[in-house]
Amino acid sequence: MLISQQLTDPTPNKPTFIYLLTVSSSRSRTDGPNEASVFGGSFCKPMTQTQTRPTTEPERPKPTAATAMRLIVPLQGVVQGRGGLILGSLIPCALFYFLQFYLKRHRSPNPSSDPPSPSTPSSNLADLPRTSSRSNLSSRGSFGPVRVSSRAGSLAKADDSTYYIGLNKVKEDPYHRTNNPNGIIQLGLSENTLCLDLIEKWVSENLTDSIMGSDGGDLSISGIAAYKPFDGMTEMKVAMASFMSRVIGKAVSFDPSQIVLTAGATPAIEILSFCLADHGNAFLVPTPYYPGFDRDIRSRTGVELIPVHCRSTDNFVFSITALDQAFNQARKRGLKVRAILICNPANPVGNILPRETLYDVLDFAREKNIHIICDEIYGGSVFGSEEFVSMAEILDSEEVDKDRVHIIYGLSKDLSLPGFRAGVIYSYNNSVLAAAKKLTRFSSMSTLTQRLLISMLSDTRFTQEYFEINKRRVKEIYDSFVAGLEQLGIRCSESNAGLYCWADMSALIPTYSEKGELELWDKLLNIAKINVTPGSACHCIEPGWFRCCFATLSQEDIPVVIERIQKVAETCKSPS
Amino acid sequence: MAIEIEQPSSVELSKVAVSETHGENSPYFAGWKAYDEDPYHESNNPSGVIQMGLAENQVSFDLLEEYSEQHSEAFTWGKGAPGFRENALFQDYHGLQSFREAMASFMEQIRGGRAKFDPDRVVLTAGATAANELLTFILADPGDALLVPTPYYPGFDRDLRWRTGVKIVPIHCDSSNNFQITPQALEAAYKEAEAMNTKVRGVLITNPSNPLGATIQRSVLEEILDFVTRKNIHLVSDEIYSGSAFSSSEFISIAEILESRKYKNSERIHIVYSLSKDLGLPGFRVGTIYSYNDKVVTTARRMSSFTLISSQTQHLLASMLSNKKFTENYIKTNRERLRKRYEMIIKGLKNAGIECLKGNAGLFCWMNLSPLLEEQTREGELVLWDSMLHEVKLNISPGSSCHCSEPGWFRVCFANMSEQTLEIALKRIHDFMQQRERQRKPISSQ
Repeated sequence: MLISQQLTDPTPNKPTFIYLLTVSSSRSRTDGPNEASVFGGSFCKPMTQTQTRPTTEPERPKPTAATAMRLIVPLQGVVQGRGGLILGSLIPCALFYFLQFYLKRHRSPNPSSDPPSPSTPSSNLADLPRTSSRSNLSSRGSFGPVRVSSRAGSLAKADDSTYYIGLNKVKEDPYHRTNNPNGIIQLGLSENTLCLDLIEKWVSENLTDSIMGSDGGDLSISGIAAYKPFDGMTEMKVAMASFMSRVIGKAVSFDPSQIVLTAGATPAIEILSFCLADHGNAFLVPTPYYPGFDRDIRSRTGVELIPVHCRSTDNFVFSITALDQAFNQARKRGLKVRAILICNPANPVGNILPRETLYDVLDFAREKNIHIICDEIYGGSVFGSEEFVSMAEILDSEEVDKDRVHIIYGLSKDLSLPGFRAGVIYSYNNSVLAAAKKLTRFSSMSTLTQRLLISMLSDTRFTQEYFEINKRRVKEIYDSFVAGLEQLGIRCSESNAGLYCWADMSALIPTYSEKGELELWDKLLNIAKINVTPGSACHCIEPGWFRCCFATLSQEDIPVVIERIQKVAETCKSPS
Repeated sequence: MAIEIEQPSSVELSKVAVSETHGENSPYFAGWKAYDEDPYHESNNPSGVIQMGLAENQVSFDLLEEYSEQHSEAFTWGKGAPGFRENALFQDYHGLQSFREAMASFMEQIRGGRAKFDPDRVVLTAGATAANELLTFILADPGDALLVPTPYYPGFDRDLRWRTGVKIVPIHCDSSNNFQITPQALEAAYKEAEAMNTKVRGVLITNPSNPLGATIQRSVLEEILDFVTRKNIHLVSDEIYSGSAFSSSEFISIAEILESRKYKNSERIHIVYSLSKDLGLPGFRVGTIYSYNDKVVTTARRMSSFTLISSQTQHLLASMLSNKKFTENYIKTNRERLRKRYEMIIKGLKNAGIECLKGNAGLFCWMNLSPLLEEQTREGELVLWDSMLHEVKLNISPGSSCHCSEPGWFRVCFANMSEQTLEIALKRIHDFMQQRERQRKPISSQ
C-alpha cells in the first residue's frame, strides 16, 4: 500500500505497477534492504519487506522478484500483445528500479545524521510516521546482507515517537545555564534532581562502611562478587519491603517473600507481561499513558495495548463503563484481554486514583477474570494534599482472590536513582512469583548496588528526612511552574503527584487535531527550544495537552522556560 | 449433605510462565538442590555435598580484594561524592563511554593485542545470559533455529529458547575427534533443520568451550566462518571463558580470524563476553555483545533497556579495567592459577583411573566415566550421576544435560573451591573408584 501510493503520482501511465504493488505490498513493512540483498540483489529491487510472521516465506532466493515477474509478464502480454512480452517485462522493472533509486536519493535526511545548527530551527515533522508517503527504503549505515529478525526490525524504528525524538534532540543540544544557555531545555524526562544533594551527602558519609565492611559481618567484596539469587539477595528484599511499607504502604506492610527484584521497572513490567499474557493477547490501558509502555510492553512480548480513553471532564480518570466497552470491543475483534494496566499516581496526568476507583477496578478484574497490573512507581512522589492509597492497602482488607493483582515499583523516581537499576515486581500470585523469579536471570540487580541500597533503604532516619524535604521542594517547583504557565493562559489539570504537570495548550494549536498539536510541539522544540511530550505520544484523545516535567528545574530556570513558551505562544494565538 | 460452593475460576497465566523450557527440573539443577540441602563445609559439615557443578571462578579472588583495598575511591565517588549525581541519573543505553572503552581494551588484552575492539561496537547487558538471549531475539524469529554444537552449556536451552520461541538444533560432536566441530556435522545439522521446515538463522559456538574446557582450533573456526558465510547466516561466538584459557596464545578469538580476513563478511559475526568467569564477578551482572553489524549494534542497544548494567557498577569497573597494571597482572595470574588447578585435578583423576578430555581452558574438565556405566545409555549415566551425588557426595554435571550424544561424560568444576576442598573431592573420587574396583573382583568364599 505504502509504495503504491508513492508511485501512483509519478507514474500515472503504468497501471500495471500499481496492481503489482498492491498485491505484493500487503505484508507489513519492516527493514527493506536486508531482505533485498539476502537474495543477491534482484534485478527488480523487491518491493516487499520482511513479514512480521514469516510463516509463508519461501525458501528459494528472489521470491518477490519472481512473483513480481510472474504478474508482470501475463499483464504485459495482455496489454501489449505477445510481441512486446520481453520488453514489456524488462522496461517496467527497470523503470521501477530507477524510480526507487531516485526516491532514495531525494528523501529527507534523518535527524541523527544531520545535527541542526542552533540558529536555524529545523523541523522534526518530517520524521514522523503520520503520512504514508514516508519511504521505507533506508540506505543509511553499513547494513550487511545478512538478515535480522522482524522483532529487531520493528525495534530499529523505535525512535519514531515524538517522545524519543524529543529526548534525542535534547541530547544533541542540552541547555546549561552558563555553558549553553541557548540549548534545549529538557522537560520531557520524568526525573527528579531536586534532592540529589541529600543522597550525595548520605553516600559520602556512609558508603565506605557499607561496601568495605567495617560494620562487620559478611560485607567484604566476597559477599557481593559471587553468584547470588537472580531475583535479589534476601537482605535486599527485606530492605525494599520495609522501604515500600514506609513510603507507599503506610498503613500496610509489604512482604519480602512476595518481592522479585529486577534491573529497573522497565524489565519488571516486561517480565510481568511475559508471565500474564501470550503473544497476541492484550492489556487494557487507560489513556493518556506513559509513552514508554508501547515499546516496553509490546516489542518482545507481542502483547497489544488497547487504549481506554479518558477525558478532561473526568480529570482523565477512567470509568468502569469505558473499561467494559473496551473489553467487549476487544472480544469482538477476537483479542483476548489478559490484564488491565493502571498507573497510580498516574503518568502523565499526575492524579491519584481515588479509593473507590481502586475497588471498582478490582471488581471489574474479578468479573472478567483478568489480572491487574498496578504501576505505583510514583507512589512516593506525592506533593499535594491528597493521600496516596496503594493497591496493597485495598487488598489488605480482602480475604480472597488476590492472586490477580501485581504491583510494579522502583527507585528511579521516588529516590532519583534511575542509573542504579532497581525495580520491583510485587505479586500476590505464587505461580507468577515463581515464573518471574526465573526470568530475572535476564535482568538482575547488580549485587554491588544491592549492597549500597540495603544500607541506604534501611536508614529510616535518612529516608524519612529525604521524603519530607523532597515533598516540600517538589511542591515549590510545581507551584512556581504551574503559576508561570497560568500567566500565559495555560492551565494544568489538577495533580497531586508525579514529577510533571499536564498542561492544556489547546488554545495555542492551529487546528484542534493531532496535526495541530504536533505543529505546536515542533515549534516548542525547535523555536522555543523546550522539549515537552505531546499528548498524542501518550495516546490522549483530546489534542493540545502536553506533559511538562519540572523536577529537574531550579527556580531560576522557570522564568526562562516561561519566557520561551511565551515567545511561541504569541505567534500561535489566532487573531479574533 | 455436602454444600457445593462455586470456586471462583483462578486467573490464567501465560504459556511462557507455565512452560518447562526454563529446564529447572533437569538433573543439572536437581544436583544444585541436593547441594543446597546439604552443602559441604570444612568444619561445620565435612561430609556434605561438594559443589562441582557451578562454573564459578574463585581462584583469583584475593587479587580483587587487594584492588578494592588499594582503590577504595573506585567504589565510591570520591570525597563528598562529586560524581555521584551524574552517575545516579545515568541510564543511557549506550553505557558509560569510559566503561565501554575499558571493556574494549580489556578484551584486547585478553587476546594479547591480536585483535582490536572498537568501544562504539560494545553493547552492555546485565550478564552474558541476557546477551545471548538478546542476540537470539535480534537474529531469529519465533520458530527459527540456531545451530549449537553439542555438548553445550545446559543454560542455553532456557536462555536461547524460553522467551524467544527460537529452537536449538544440535551440531553433533563426539569423542572420536575430541568433540571438535566438523563441516559434515555442520551440514548435517543444517539439513536436519531444513527437514523440519525450520529456518536456520545462525550458529552459536562457545569458545573456549563449555563443558569441554578446550579452545577451538583455528582451522575449525575458519571452517565455521566459511559455513556461515555460505549459508548467509549469523555466527555468535560466546567467548566468556577467553580469559580463562591457561595460555593466552592457545585461545584464538573469532575476532582474530576476521582481522586476518580484513573484516570481509564480518557483519554476520557477534561476540558475547562477560566478567562473570574471567574476573569472578558474576554478582555484578556485566555482559557485553560485540557486533560487527551496525544494525545489530543499534537494535541491541535499544533492547538493552531491559537489561542495563547499574551505572554504579559501570563506574567502578571503568576504573578497575582501565588500570592496566591491575588487569595485566590479573589476567596473567589468573591463567596460571587455573592451569595449576587443572593439572591438580587431572592428576588426581588419573590416579583414580579416570581419563579426561585434553583441556586447555575454562573452570572445569570433561571427565570420561563411560567405563563405569552399567549400560552405555543416558539412563545408565543418570544412575551413575545419582550415586556420585548421593554416595560420593559430589555434584557434577551429567553429559546428557549438556546434550552430549555419548553417555558417560561429566563436567567437573574445579575453580569454585579452595585447594583443600579439591583435595577432599579427589580423595572421595579415589575411594569411590577403589571401592568399585574391589566390587569387580570376585569375593573369595569363606
